[in-house]
Amino acid sequence: MRRLKDLIENRLSRRSVLSGTAAAAMLVTAGAIAPVHADDVNTTGLAVTEDTVKVGILHSVTGTMAISETGSVQAEKLAIEQINAMGGVLGRKIEYIQEDGGSDWPTFAEKAKKLLVSDKVAAVFGCWTSASRKAVLPVFEQYNGMLYYPTFYEGLEQSPNVIYTGQEATQQILAGIDWVAKEKGAKSFYLLGSDYIWPRTSNKIARKHIEKLGMKVVGEEYYPLGHTQFNSVINKIKLKKPDVIYAIVVGGSNVAFYKQLKAAGIDMTKEKPVLLTISVTEDEIRGIGGENIEGAYAAMKYFQSLDNENNKDFVSAFKERWGDDIVIGDVTQAAYLGPWLWKAAVEKAGSFDIDKVRLASPGIELTTAPEGYVRVHENHHLWSKTRIGLAKPDGQYELVYETADLMEPDPFPEGYQ
Amino acid sequence: MINLKSFMARQDILALLILAAVIFVAMPLSMDIFRLNLFGKYLTYAFVAIGLVLCWGKGGILSLGQGVFFGLGGYCMAMYLKLESSTPEATAIQSTPGIPDFMDWNQITALPWFWEPFNSLTFTLIAIFVVPALFAFIIGAAMFKRRVGGVYFAIITQAIAAILTILIIGQQGYTGGVNGITDLRTLKGWDIRSDEAKYILYYVNGALLIGVLILCQFVLQSKLGRLLVALRDKEDRVRFSGYDVANFKIFVFCFAAVLSAIGGAMFTLQVGFMSPSFVGIVPSIEMVIFCAVGGRLSIFGAVYGTLLVNWAKTTFSETFPELWLFGLGALFIAVVLVFPNGLSGLYRSYLAPHVDRWIFRKPPEEPSTGPEPLGTPAYDPEAVTRPAE
Repeated sequence: MRRLKDLIENRLSRRSVLSGTAAAAMLVTAGAIAPVHADDVNTTGLAVTEDTVKVGILHSVTGTMAISETGSVQAEKLAIEQINAMGGVLGRKIEYIQEDGGSDWPTFAEKAKKLLVSDKVAAVFGCWTSASRKAVLPVFEQYNGMLYYPTFYEGLEQSPNVIYTGQEATQQILAGIDWVAKEKGAKSFYLLGSDYIWPRTSNKIARKHIEKLGMKVVGEEYYPLGHTQFNSVINKIKLKKPDVIYAIVVGGSNVAFYKQLKAAGIDMTKEKPVLLTISVTEDEIRGIGGENIEGAYAAMKYFQSLDNENNKDFVSAFKERWGDDIVIGDVTQAAYLGPWLWKAAVEKAGSFDIDKVRLASPGIELTTAPEGYVRVHENHHLWSKTRIGLAKPDGQYELVYETADLMEPDPFPEGYQ
Repeated sequence: MINLKSFMARQDILALLILAAVIFVAMPLSMDIFRLNLFGKYLTYAFVAIGLVLCWGKGGILSLGQGVFFGLGGYCMAMYLKLESSTPEATAIQSTPGIPDFMDWNQITALPWFWEPFNSLTFTLIAIFVVPALFAFIIGAAMFKRRVGGVYFAIITQAIAAILTILIIGQQGYTGGVNGITDLRTLKGWDIRSDEAKYILYYVNGALLIGVLILCQFVLQSKLGRLLVALRDKEDRVRFSGYDVANFKIFVFCFAAVLSAIGGAMFTLQVGFMSPSFVGIVPSIEMVIFCAVGGRLSIFGAVYGTLLVNWAKTTFSETFPELWLFGLGALFIAVVLVFPNGLSGLYRSYLAPHVDRWIFRKPPEEPSTGPEPLGTPAYDPEAVTRPAE
């Protein structure tokens, strides 16, 4: 009903010619059946008609990133279909235009521009890697679009044209390190990661936090994306005997890393060393094989196994739509939040205009999120809980810890740069 | 025009005029600025493809590393633009204001020495030509003087492309890593992102391309051009005739490198960023495909080939986001099976005879240009029956 009230107020303020309760009553009935006139909710020429609104989906469905991004595409489509089944947004059905970024950053920029300039979409759900986000960012800022970005990432960014539905680095890292220090009595850490901005920035924050807590880092190493020979670092790990291996290896390299770790006799199910990762979701475990990563811990905000009503509904709807053998990782869930957050912001603003949606976004809450409850911060990131999961041989995580409170997103952490 | 005719056959002039008409009139009239900007982006790849015609089609030197030079040109431009947009005011949020954002993310606190000169536009413009030329010269001299050629040369160029990509990605504090250099805004205070700037850049790009085509035509019609073809077909004979084969090869390789770099610099200006995904093996091979689709012996064919492949890429991927690669694959297979000499081969076999008859032979008002240039296949009545060039 709040929506209706917003609409009526919106109308009345614009059409002061109409007056009296008769007109209001008429509008109540009309509002319930016919949506508000397209011009009123869209003053900037977006692709909004009397009964539809166009949005864009921009992920890689071909190339090396396709395996990771497919889950996000599925989640976004599912959310859009569910929203449409509930009557759409401001009485309009969402139509999506899907574009393929092809795992190629310039292509992302080209397609983003196409969605904003030619298709005039009201929002875009998309991107996965930081590189693709960095490539489209100037496009979104120049043409004033709205991007819902699902991946956990390195922070150091806060654009008025992006809502970050994944966690930024501090949310993922601080709680994880606190937990491993307290619960596992860790004193020394070995940091390693793939060689690009996200693992490097994350390890920088991790190192600062580790040292702040009076523990020490005994090694820090990076390997190129796609690297498959981890024997030398595994030997160093065996030599230095750290309490915690802090791994931010991404993509296909994970398969080699965990298999070689196991082959080298580092048994993660034992007390020490603890393996803590922020980059392996259920999606990656499919490639690694549950038996190879059994006993590792992951720090992120969502696991498929979360035991709450929202998540049960989400998982069953997801499986019904996309098949029973599917797994749902952290990013997939964050991607699912995108269309819902956008819907809530549009309805709060009573308009599809990007500027109004932006103003309406901070403070938007979702109580129906599969991860539980999230709220949009002033800085366009989400307040969310951080959870620790224990990897099981069946490829799922078992929840072992979650923060009591929501973690505040802090993309520019003081003292960690 | 007299001057032009001495090295351009009438058919080539016609081809040039048609291409100019397409670039300067037809496309701007039929497209909105977004599509035109895309088209301009395709045209920057055409520089590389033209270079490959000279290097590979005419000279027989297959380089699978042209992306390296495209990237060098593009990065030189991007470094200048990035420095200009990284003013202390614009980067006040960083721990070290005044340096490019990615350096700050990588804990670098001062501008590296090799970035310093890129504060100057003059230096940058010179670097766009000199850096790739010098690099190509070093590779060329090292290879050709030792008589490394053919497949071995192709493999080495590919290795260089791989090495440079790894270097760029690995040294992300200095290069922007896998993200590339993004968020470029202005050139000497002139906003390159506005629609007006895009139109201007598009025309500059088109004019450069036409200029390059004329220059290449000049090179090909000169003695040098014929020597290139000769050393492709019988390298030993050229050597025994007393020519220093290696020097010619080095020259054409450097020339192609500079052309690629011009394309790269124009790419950066029009698209607004540069990343290692243009430097590596895959884009380099793609550039060879552009050239092959166009027909590797024709500089005009190379331009159309580039446009066709990129247009197909964009259109297929917009229409079938999950299946488009199959469509593109089918196109390449069709090229190899059905018209192995590319678009220019098709033109030579099917259209050129008619063009000859209707435009150049029939109308009486078309005056004869005197002695016809030698070695121009377009004038050879046997051209149709010969294996198409």
